Amino acid sequence: MDLCDYPAYQLAGMVRQREVSANEVLDSALKRISFVDGRSGCIDPGDITPEDKLKIHAFITVTSDLARTQAEAVDRKIAKGEDPGELAGVPVSIKDIFCVRGTHSTAASKILANFTSPYTATSVSRLEEAGALILGKANLDEFTYGSSNESSAFQPSPRNPWNTNHVPGGSSGGSTASVAAGEAALSLGTDTAGSIRQPAAFCGVVGMKPTYGRVSRYGLIAFASSLDCPGPVARTAHDTAMMLKIIAGVDPHDSTAANVPVEDYLLSLEREIKGKRIGLSPDYFRITFPDPISGTFQQQPVPGEMEQAVRHSAEVFGRLGAQIIEDVPMPNTPYGIPAYFVISRVEAASNLHRYDGVKYGYRTPEKTDDLRHMYRRTRAEAFGLQPKLRILMGMYVSAAQYSEQYYTRALKVRSMIRQDFDAIFDPGGKYRLDALLTPTTPTTAFRMDALYGDSVLMQYADQLTVPANHAGVPGISFPIGFDDQGLPIGVQLIGPDFSEGLLLNMVHAFEMETKADPWRQVRPTIIKLPGKQG
Amino acid sequence: MSDVISEETFNHLVDLAALELEQKEARYLLTEMNKQIKAIQELERIPLDEKTPPARHGVPYPASICPPLREDRVDRYPQVEDLLGQVPVAEDRYIIVPDIPHTELE
Repeated sequence: MDLCDYPAYQLAGMVRQREVSANEVLDSALKRISFVDGRSGCIDPGDITPEDKLKIHAFITVTSDLARTQAEAVDRKIAKGEDPGELAGVPVSIKDIFCVRGTHSTAASKILANFTSPYTATSVSRLEEAGALILGKANLDEFTYGSSNESSAFQPSPRNPWNTNHVPGGSSGGSTASVAAGEAALSLGTDTAGSIRQPAAFCGVVGMKPTYGRVSRYGLIAFASSLDCPGPVARTAHDTAMMLKIIAGVDPHDSTAANVPVEDYLLSLEREIKGKRIGLSPDYFRITFPDPISGTFQQQPVPGEMEQAVRHSAEVFGRLGAQIIEDVPMPNTPYGIPAYFVISRVEAASNLHRYDGVKYGYRTPEKTDDLRHMYRRTRAEAFGLQPKLRILMGMYVSAAQYSEQYYTRALKVRSMIRQDFDAIFDPGGKYRLDALLTPTTPTTAFRMDALYGDSVLMQYADQLTVPANHAGVPGISFPIGFDDQGLPIGVQLIGPDFSEGLLLNMVHAFEMETKADPWRQVRPTIIKLPGKQG
Repeated sequence: MSDVISEETFNHLVDLAALELEQKEARYLLTEMNKQIKAIQELERIPLDEKTPPARHGVPYPASICPPLREDRVDRYPQVEDLLGQVPVAEDRYIIVPDIPHTELE
């Protein structure tokens, strides 16, 4: 085990106790990156080579100079006897949808490929102040629009560390791949429909979408502003708790960052979960999918191994003293994706109108005497297919003549999805749940090229995660083992508003109860390849 | 079922969106939009209560958790040159753009 494979809390402890220096931790992480990552994503990649297909390509930009400066600052503070921060010397990757001053902040789009951010997102500033080392900007689907990372304008796109023929999920796929492969101990992602939880499940790591408003969105390049949630990616609940504690909280730059005290999530971890009520819903054991021939929508049970994973997790929670409540109704779950198709597109279209080639980012090199022509050429040349699709769809469903039929209706459906959660978490209600336990994804990681291009099927990959985004409630995906192909399976706990402490407590208890399970000793294939360092 | 979004409507949207599309792109995007509309039409199956309010956010924002609004005052941005440094075409700290078309009003 190399230094970079240690959990973040242990690394920070070792650095703070002077057992290792921040520089040594950084050296280990950079060595791992050089071993597993391959070439970073770029706009003009040429052909994807057989060698490319064996690497994970988690990064667009590796900021080794920035991380070195930060490591030296941590080591200097320690030498002087000053407090270096709770995340002293912990290598962190940042999804390249966050602005970090002085770094290329691209959203994985050609239209921002040359943009150097003049300021830093609040959540990143808080990590830096806590002593974290910003290793680099992780690849993602263009503007976060996807669930596989294949839509990134920066190719080669990330691949799954457990099997590089499979996708890492998305849109925070670079983040979760980097943490799974030991390049970074932590990563900062975003989740609009499942973009932290789905790739966390695919890559066998822990990923949390906090309550909407728990973490500031300042400095996050916006997709769907009423749904976007920054959140942590880590290998354990403990590390997730440590990171969330640092990035959460009110922020004068974001009026939706809720004025709710941040609890010490690390203290929450060790509480008993005996007597907690955990629900299972038949509505999360069914998936909806579009029939490719008829175009109609069908329902079928989730694959047996996914239901089995949830039932196995429920047994573990049962052993720990939790009460498992069956047959919890969540009747509006199937409408999460249709409502999302409307709401997210309207907000995306609105957010994408700012990219015009005038103030920053790409401008067409074509000479023209007409401003409108410059706008059109700039946007045509620099937006990929997925942003174009969202702009057009968002404009269509919000047009005056269709707005009531589509947009207003979708907003009302969002209320109904929220009501489903309100009913099951109501302390005076029939179910009085502390959390709902579900599969995170309908399947494990699918193969590269299996879905890309089919925008409807790809969106339905998020059908079990998107209801929590509509409702605003927190959700966490955590690994529980592997399928018969050796790919990780994740399950999800969803709780009421601002219940992150309890969710982390439950996942930590699960991890402790299963720590001797043989599957926990298996490491990603990418680390086990011949020629592995140390 | 016939396509909901016609080519004519699609072309109008492309113009409004300040985009230009190659034929292959346009074909893909129109096809995908019509597929998405089919998914969206699933929403019509839901019997909606007239009293159901449209939700701006899932999380309700009662006054108790809303942060106070910032004071309405001007703060000078400290790194103006960093911002101007991002401008694709500039001259003497002015942003240069092509001519803005205009029509003489009668």
